[in-house]
Amino acid sequence: MADREKEHNPGIPVVAEKVKVEAPPGEERPAPVPTTYEVPIGPIHPALKEPIRLTFKIEGERIRGVEVRTGFAHRGIELMGTKRNLIQVLYLSERICGICSISHPIAFTLAVEQAAGIEVPARAQYIRVIFSELERIHSHLLWAGVAAHELGFDTLLHLTWKVREKVLDILEELSGNRIDYAIPIFGGVRRDITPEQYPKVGEMIRYYRGLSDELMDAFLRDPSVEARTRGVGVLEPQEAEALCAVGPTARASGLRKDVRQDRPYLVYGDYAVKAITPEDYGLKPLGDVYDKTVVRLLEVGQSLDLIERCLEDMPPGPITSFPKIPALLAHLKKAAGEGLGWHEAPRGEVIHYIRLEGGLDEPSVWKVKAPTYSNLMSWKPMFEDQEIADIPIIAASIDPCICCMDRVHVVREGGEAWVTKEELLKLSWEKTRRLTR
Amino acid sequence: MILKTLISQLLARPATNRFPAKYMPKSVTHFLTNVQAGKAKIVPPVPVPPKFRGKIAYNREKCIGCQLCIRVCPAQVIQFLPEVKKIRMHVARCTFCAQCVDACPVDALDVSPDFLIADTNRSSKALTVE
Repeated sequence: MADREKEHNPGIPVVAEKVKVEAPPGEERPAPVPTTYEVPIGPIHPALKEPIRLTFKIEGERIRGVEVRTGFAHRGIELMGTKRNLIQVLYLSERICGICSISHPIAFTLAVEQAAGIEVPARAQYIRVIFSELERIHSHLLWAGVAAHELGFDTLLHLTWKVREKVLDILEELSGNRIDYAIPIFGGVRRDITPEQYPKVGEMIRYYRGLSDELMDAFLRDPSVEARTRGVGVLEPQEAEALCAVGPTARASGLRKDVRQDRPYLVYGDYAVKAITPEDYGLKPLGDVYDKTVVRLLEVGQSLDLIERCLEDMPPGPITSFPKIPALLAHLKKAAGEGLGWHEAPRGEVIHYIRLEGGLDEPSVWKVKAPTYSNLMSWKPMFEDQEIADIPIIAASIDPCICCMDRVHVVREGGEAWVTKEELLKLSWEKTRRLTR
Repeated sequence: MILKTLISQLLARPATNRFPAKYMPKSVTHFLTNVQAGKAKIVPPVPVPPKFRGKIAYNREKCIGCQLCIRVCPAQVIQFLPEVKKIRMHVARCTFCAQCVDACPVDALDVSPDFLIADTNRSSKALTVE
């Protein structure tokens, strides 16, 4: 009960809690009494970009435990999705995350295409891959800048974000928007990559290849960055596996885990994409923040290679199997069944589940699993025994996207409610029964 | 690399475009009124690519009032005017996905390169297309 009161009174920032330690036998002077403090951060805090509550148990300068509370950014997006037609839901799915704004639509379109039995032309599949790899470059560079900022190295932040402008310009050139590209549609894509645009993309690839050595120098061979990231926020491979970490968080711990490699979709199967771990850089994977930087920077290079090969191999042909929107709407209305779509977003695996009822415009069920949902658990071992000053960089190292992840918020009798594990399990069973009937 | 870039950046022009003025004016509203009166000059924005998705342009003559755009619009931007069988768009709500442009069977809708449409009044004339 006392804990709950503390939870509701964040005004008292520090609560001292004395722990008694027995003096070892044979010694006269008792050992110093360790004192643990609780430091709550969030839900609203200048260091946080998104609302989340982290309560740290601190002993001196060391973190002894962390409690994470989510649910502050729940938007009810899945429920909204069941009240609109599928084309409207597509743009809603794009707005689940501002950075992964092609990963969610791709996973969503793949799910709907599976449910409705829609074929995607080859050229459209290539264009989808090119866009998702462009997004990976922009997301990883954005993360690198944020990481530099969290380390207090703002010069590097501005440098990385200046470099990142190039890929945003290309995305704007190809799609018409810098973010929220609105490119995938059921049965294809909405905009073609024209021959005049090929040289511009080629120029971008050369620009980043020319800079890759310098960026590697700035991040991986810089003594101050190395000092702040080596051995910080370590996630052991066994823990990463047990906690089901995904994306660069898992790969930095040495797990060769990538949806593009394990369950290839679109045209990724043709290119035999290999998951990148720090071993590819000649390092033994430790799973610290440095390794996560290594993985992300190497993935930028991998994405450049993929884009180049896709541009070469892209066959001519139609970009969508439904050029007329009324025909698409009619087909989707008739379709019945369920579909599952997945995509390797820059942060990890995105899964969309959809169930369509014949004769209805709206989906009856829409379920989204964003990568941060899987990665959030890995915070606990990562924060263990770290210093207070390393909290921002460790928190940022999984590239958290809180609003992507918030899917549940229980409200009872007008107020907030507490749900035990058993109650949550019961709720989950009830929902599964309701959906499967 | 960092030192090299820092020193070259000292001599070079800023990486960003100084829009709308080279130095922050004391009052932006006053500055913009001056621009409209022709007393001050605006630093031009970065040119947009050819297929940029800006404010939606509407050709009222071509429109047949089929309401397909209303069906696909994810943000409920478009209002149907039943008396004249035409549409009115409230651009303040628009998400610039241009799905209505794709859906329009008679090409009455198109994207324009116009993106300087910020306004304090969401139902102002500039933000209502009809």
